[in-house]
Amino acid sequence: MSEFKQTFNSSLGKKLIMALTGLFLCTFLIVHVGGNLLLFKHDDGFAFNSYANFLTHFPPIEVIAYILYFFIILHSVYALVLTIKNRRARPVGYAVTTKSPTSWSSKNMGLLGSILLLFIVIHMGDFWFTYKYKDILPFKEYRTNLATNETTVSEYKPEVPTFERSISVENNVEIVRVKDLHSRIQWSFSHLWYVVFYVIAMFAVSFHLLHGFQSAFKTLGWVHKKYDGIVSFIGTWLFAVIIPLLFALMPIVYYFQSLGK
Amino acid sequence: MSHENMNLTLKVWRQKNTQTPGKFVTYKAEGISPDMSFLEMLDVVNESLIKKQEDPIHFDHDCREGICGSCSLYINGRPHGPKRAITTCQLHMRSFNDGDTVTIEPWRSAAFPVIKDLATDRSAFDRIQQAGGFISVNTGGVPDANSTPIPKVVADEAFNSATCIGCGACVAACKNASAMLFTSAKITQLGLLPQGQPERWSRVQAMVKQMDKEGFGNCTNTGACEAECPKEITLMNISRMNNDFFSAKLFREEHTHDHSGNG
Repeated sequence: MSEFKQTFNSSLGKKLIMALTGLFLCTFLIVHVGGNLLLFKHDDGFAFNSYANFLTHFPPIEVIAYILYFFIILHSVYALVLTIKNRRARPVGYAVTTKSPTSWSSKNMGLLGSILLLFIVIHMGDFWFTYKYKDILPFKEYRTNLATNETTVSEYKPEVPTFERSISVENNVEIVRVKDLHSRIQWSFSHLWYVVFYVIAMFAVSFHLLHGFQSAFKTLGWVHKKYDGIVSFIGTWLFAVIIPLLFALMPIVYYFQSLGK
Repeated sequence: MSHENMNLTLKVWRQKNTQTPGKFVTYKAEGISPDMSFLEMLDVVNESLIKKQEDPIHFDHDCREGICGSCSLYINGRPHGPKRAITTCQLHMRSFNDGDTVTIEPWRSAAFPVIKDLATDRSAFDRIQQAGGFISVNTGGVPDANSTPIPKVVADEAFNSATCIGCGACVAACKNASAMLFTSAKITQLGLLPQGQPERWSRVQAMVKQMDKEGFGNCTNTGACEAECPKEITLMNISRMNNDFFSAKLFREEHTHDHSGNG
């Protein structure tokens, strides 16, 4: 076995892969939540649809996206391999186990991760797959008067079936025609069970990262009392509170908006 | 605190040998002094078993003063019983109440097969140690004392790691039956000191390799090990081991030496 292969086949090497892929997924969440904050803009989805259009048509982003999908799979597969090995390490269990002073999330990363994987599959199927590979999304046309900066919105029926998007300026009016993912979100989040599922998944994100972010640093060996406080602060407040909360607010807000219509 | 003798019900794991599946057997422990140690209580129970010509309960013990690492026992769901930072031999019966039921199990780990009853084969730890947990000192003149300065904080840390008695409570407590606390303590106690530097990078690779070979699980940084360690070895050791391992594997030239103990 080559030196490189040996490293990543060792127990610590597998943990290294878990930590690095996990941290990459954490950083992705920051970008994802940042972009999705556009959903809170009251502009009939203009900013959000333009953003979604940019993400799916900007090649560097597409490359990173495929790295991301690969890392999600890698993180899941290695988690499964490690879990099987850990189970084999104790073939006969204990009859009595006392609650040891350890955190609940650290002992249930597999359960939380499985919920997240299920969520990611459903979530990507509903938005990413629908956006990229299904022709069921309608189009919207946003006309912005460049002099007054006022935007009007209307439905747009493409003249050719392969139509993707267009941006043009006519008579000092900017015309943006894009796929209307925003309406799909409005539709999805008008279903209560769907909103509940999303909120549960965000709890799973919270508890998974409450342990995961800090655990990754321990696995990498990046532990020092000078930085422990910062790592634990970011892991707790940013990744286990602020980000899941912002994500969870999106379906909740859209659900209540749908009730008002 | 009551000074009267107490009666307990014991549920003890009995297993004839490694191959035979075991089961729990219930015993009465009667007239137990609260000042006895847990092992002395088992001695009393064994005396009565021997008198009845029954097979006594097998368990590991040696120094009975908390420094040898021989005693084990998973007592009521915790390695070395309900008290923090002590071994089973240092656990006194006053930690229990009259009438209590006490469940006693062996360490559960594929790498620690049960020899008989509560005694397990922990030679996997010896093999990890033999793979690199030493420094090679060649013959020569005795070095002058204090010729190698070591800052006190560093010496303290190394000695903290060196207090590991290799009892295996970390493996027993870990939900993954991982031996990383033990292995990392043995790596750290040498890796922090100047004497341990020449073999630092080969040592970590050899010991981790042996640890993997023994079939222990993988650390998830849950921290049950440090909570149950009778010597309060911290998770910091595992992070140090990880750091050294990745440095050795990814950034160092050296390859693993033959650490068979012959050279």
